[in-house]
Amino acid sequence: MSATSVTAASATPGRDLPRPRRRRRRNWTGWGFLSPFLAVFLLALVAPVLYALYLSFFQDKLIGGNRFAGLANYKQALGDAQFWSAFERVALFLVVQVPVMLILALAIAMALDSARLHWAPLFRISIFLPYAVPAVVATLMWGFMYGTQFGLIGNLDGWLHTTLPDPFSSGLVLPAIGNIVTWEYVGYNMLIFYSALRVIPAELYEAAELDRVGPFRVIWHIKLPSVRGAILIATIFSIIGSFQLFNEPNILKPLSPDTISSYFTPNMYAYNLSFAGQEYNYSATIAIIMGVATMVIAYLVQRAGTRKREA
Amino acid sequence: MRIAQRRAGVAVAAAALAAVGLTACSSSSSGSTAAGSGGSGGASGQAAIAAALQKKSAITVWAWAPQVKDIVAAFEKKYPNVTVNLVNAGTATTEYTKLQNAVKAGSGAPDVAQIEYYALPQFALSGALANLQDYGLSSLKGDYSDAVWGSVDINNQLVGLPQDTGPMALFYNKKVFDKYQLKVPATWADYVADAQKLHTANPSAYLTNDVGDPGFVTSMIWDAGGKPFSVSGTTNVTMNLQDDGSKKFADTWNQLIKGGLLSPISSWSNQWYTGLGNGTIASLITGAWMPGNLESGVPTGSGDWRVAPMPTWTAGAAAATAENGGSSDTVLKQSKNPLVAAGFLQFMNDGPGATIFANEGGFPSQNSILSSASFQNAAPAYFGGQQINQVLSAAANSVLPGWSYLPFQVYANSIFPDSVGQAYAKKSDLNAALKTWQDSSAQYGTQQGFTVSSKRRHTDHAAAPACRCHIRHLGVWPTV
Amino acid sequence: MAVTQRISAPTAPKSRTSRPTRRASARTGNPSLRPKSPMLTAAMTLTLIYALLPLFWLLVNASKTQSSLFTTSGLWFGGKFALFDNISQTFSYDHGVFLHWFGNTLLYVVVGAGGATLLATLGGYALAKFEFPGKRVALAVILGAVAIPGTALAVPSFLMFSKLGLTDTPWAIIIPSLVNPFGLYLIWVYARDAVPTELLEAARVDGMREYRIFFSIALYLMRPAMITVLLFSVVATWNNYFLPLIMLSKPDWYPLTVGLFEWSAQSRTVGGQAIYNLVITGSLLTIVPIVIAFLFMQRYWQSGLTTGSVKG
Repeated sequence: MSATSVTAASATPGRDLPRPRRRRRRNWTGWGFLSPFLAVFLLALVAPVLYALYLSFFQDKLIGGNRFAGLANYKQALGDAQFWSAFERVALFLVVQVPVMLILALAIAMALDSARLHWAPLFRISIFLPYAVPAVVATLMWGFMYGTQFGLIGNLDGWLHTTLPDPFSSGLVLPAIGNIVTWEYVGYNMLIFYSALRVIPAELYEAAELDRVGPFRVIWHIKLPSVRGAILIATIFSIIGSFQLFNEPNILKPLSPDTISSYFTPNMYAYNLSFAGQEYNYSATIAIIMGVATMVIAYLVQRAGTRKREA
Repeated sequence: MRIAQRRAGVAVAAAALAAVGLTACSSSSSGSTAAGSGGSGGASGQAAIAAALQKKSAITVWAWAPQVKDIVAAFEKKYPNVTVNLVNAGTATTEYTKLQNAVKAGSGAPDVAQIEYYALPQFALSGALANLQDYGLSSLKGDYSDAVWGSVDINNQLVGLPQDTGPMALFYNKKVFDKYQLKVPATWADYVADAQKLHTANPSAYLTNDVGDPGFVTSMIWDAGGKPFSVSGTTNVTMNLQDDGSKKFADTWNQLIKGGLLSPISSWSNQWYTGLGNGTIASLITGAWMPGNLESGVPTGSGDWRVAPMPTWTAGAAAATAENGGSSDTVLKQSKNPLVAAGFLQFMNDGPGATIFANEGGFPSQNSILSSASFQNAAPAYFGGQQINQVLSAAANSVLPGWSYLPFQVYANSIFPDSVGQAYAKKSDLNAALKTWQDSSAQYGTQQGFTVSSKRRHTDHAAAPACRCHIRHLGVWPTV
Repeated sequence: MAVTQRISAPTAPKSRTSRPTRRASARTGNPSLRPKSPMLTAAMTLTLIYALLPLFWLLVNASKTQSSLFTTSGLWFGGKFALFDNISQTFSYDHGVFLHWFGNTLLYVVVGAGGATLLATLGGYALAKFEFPGKRVALAVILGAVAIPGTALAVPSFLMFSKLGLTDTPWAIIIPSLVNPFGLYLIWVYARDAVPTELLEAARVDGMREYRIFFSIALYLMRPAMITVLLFSVVATWNNYFLPLIMLSKPDWYPLTVGLFEWSAQSRTVGGQAIYNLVITGSLLTIVPIVIAFLFMQRYWQSGLTTGSVKG
């Protein structure tokens, strides 16, 4: 992102330099176009962030009222085993689910782009469809199907005379949630990759064909480098999504109260703290910490990604 | 269409029963119902309410009980100047979240809100609820049993009126019991034996389902005579989840948990309804409000189900039970029209509304309705013609008094699965898990400014690990 | 394969015309040169089943009555075929509240997603085509905002909106959904190439006002990216669950997602009716419109994505 904004910044003003008067007018114009977005942005995003920041420096007790607490909330959070266990869980989710989903999405995109597939448009739209299903509906559906007694798992057991493991058992519940998230977003990511593959210049392929390069080397040397930008974007969004994991586990929780704890993900922890525990201030602290952690990691990934490309 | 038909049938029955209910009401000896011949403070409060109800006004009511709709209609008919905006703001915890937010924000709360008994102390303590003594409603005390009244009389403040109650009983599937020759358990030892026998005979069938539900566990401890929570003043909380009652329950339930005799299906899920219908969940220990849920959720079980009193902890002991679920209705301090709100509360829970509620499948809390002939003699076909209300109202009369919930029970319940739920999931000792739950709840209470003392039996002195570490060990660790 | 050509050709950004948008001769134009692979098709069929099985399950179970839902196998039709019964019950239950929620959702989608697209387009255009002081700071803050966990900001947002008297009104849903930083990013990247600066300059020389340049020239050129942003915003608004859950206490303003969840929670309560059949049918009805929207607008969003993804 930084690389591209540099080109934009250096290209346009060069044109403007000889006309300083016009430039001043356009300064104002730029803000004019940006201001509607910025106004709502400040109201709906920046203000709550600042408010959360303010809250995080106070403590409000059921008994005793509100008082300034300095960094006490942050200290508490950093030593809070439940917070860290939630954090580790989403980190693990990130490390396992995101690569699985993205590799699957990339493989599907390559297959669709290969022109060796029957009925490619059918595949493309069908695999994309789950993205249109609201997370609430998707989770309710999968929750029904995960039932070992009378759900899909139960049905399969009945037919195959097997005892499939319970997706809600403590070892499997995270993969079970990972499956729902993968189902929801694999099509979306596939489409991003597919779109990137479609704009690879034909000359590259023609050259490869002349050189009699095998299909796997084409993938490795032409396709993968060309979609690196897309992979970077998808990765960053998946990181953000993982750290914000909430809807799926929270909707599944009534079905599996013992294996989805109240601090299963940082967001669930913050939610339960504020809405069941009325610890608004501590909850805001957790939100701030998670926001900062997400931004730092997303930034590092982006840096690593762009540096590789430039190298 | 099925729904509409049911409604119509109910309405007819309601009309017939309403007359009886009202007669029973007015002839009740205490005579302290809507007429308001109670204490002197009561009389002036009642007069003020009566006057307020004649003026033009509007109140907002948050309630999720389906019967409230008809109660509101009847109320508006009787008091045409009052408009009631009935809002279903979500069920139980969803509503509490919104209520808490509105209280925190200082505006947006309704005039009247339905709140379950277990959550009542929390709202009472945060100063969200009006004291109904100010409106003369304490004169209604004689209309309810002591145990029920104790649930709404918190810290000598009357913070709500009881709507429905849930004295616990044993609901069992007679067809399954007959097929596997199980006898209806008289004691909890019998119950464990039945559970073993059934599951051995048919490994896919269980006597009951239980994945660890805080409402159920606290009710069972109550049933066993435990009093693990007590509050003195407003800020001193004592917790002891290893008192005799708690241990009695945990020791019995340990046998079911460790023996794998509990169906791992969580209540109210679609699988649960399936299991109740096809006999793989053969009984339920739950509140007296269950019949309506069985009829609507498990239509295939019609004719198979029966109701029996709770098993006892020792053979031949006197019948004893506890409340499970059930809710009250409260007036919020934010209300700009507390007199009208109090008047609605009285109409809904003590006046004609209570009868409507009972007739539409709610389990009543008023003595006069519980003892009325029409209520006692009802013999629903769903329960094979058994006069279930005789069992259930007997249960209502044998609820053990003296129970109280924590002033932060909503939060404590929300973290219950993190500790006690783990004992269910891992088939480990329930006593240890209860202690962990106590520790983490106490820690929250302390953070919130309460003085929490945790009583432990002296046998447990051996160093318990620090609370946080404890949770960490028991926590769900991802194992991918 | 003709389909894909139709999709990408008309919407390719102008500045890209210098390089071939499709390697027509090499591959797609001559599909017979590349043999279809049955193995690949078989493997893809597995992923297709994975993607569609839950939807199939939904369809099957939407055709069942409450009682056969619990007595028949979930994977095939069983009991009475009650799909149309269920649909009419879904629409009539509780005085047609489902339709009401449907209307709310439409309102949020039209105003929220439409507004979000407009604001993102204006902002993205400004960032792409104008120089102004503080631009880099604005850009950094906006893109950084993508990482903020929205769920956890719910409480501060709620308290703020409550002070402004906006909770329990549609504005509490609409205002937050007007902000789409990712949409702004997409437009920004797209507009840099697709709206030639020379063209804008020429228009200015002709004396055109900036807003007219935007509406009559730039808007047209940014159309594919706008439609992509619109579709993502529509999906986000249509699926919005958490925000309305806490902002609204009155079911009058519920969107479908919250309403459906309340229906499913209803069977979890004392005295409540279990209406799983309506929850399932309602879920099916909820996804139908958005699926149709996707199918109809395929050709636009696919090409809009193309530009957004390769850059960055």
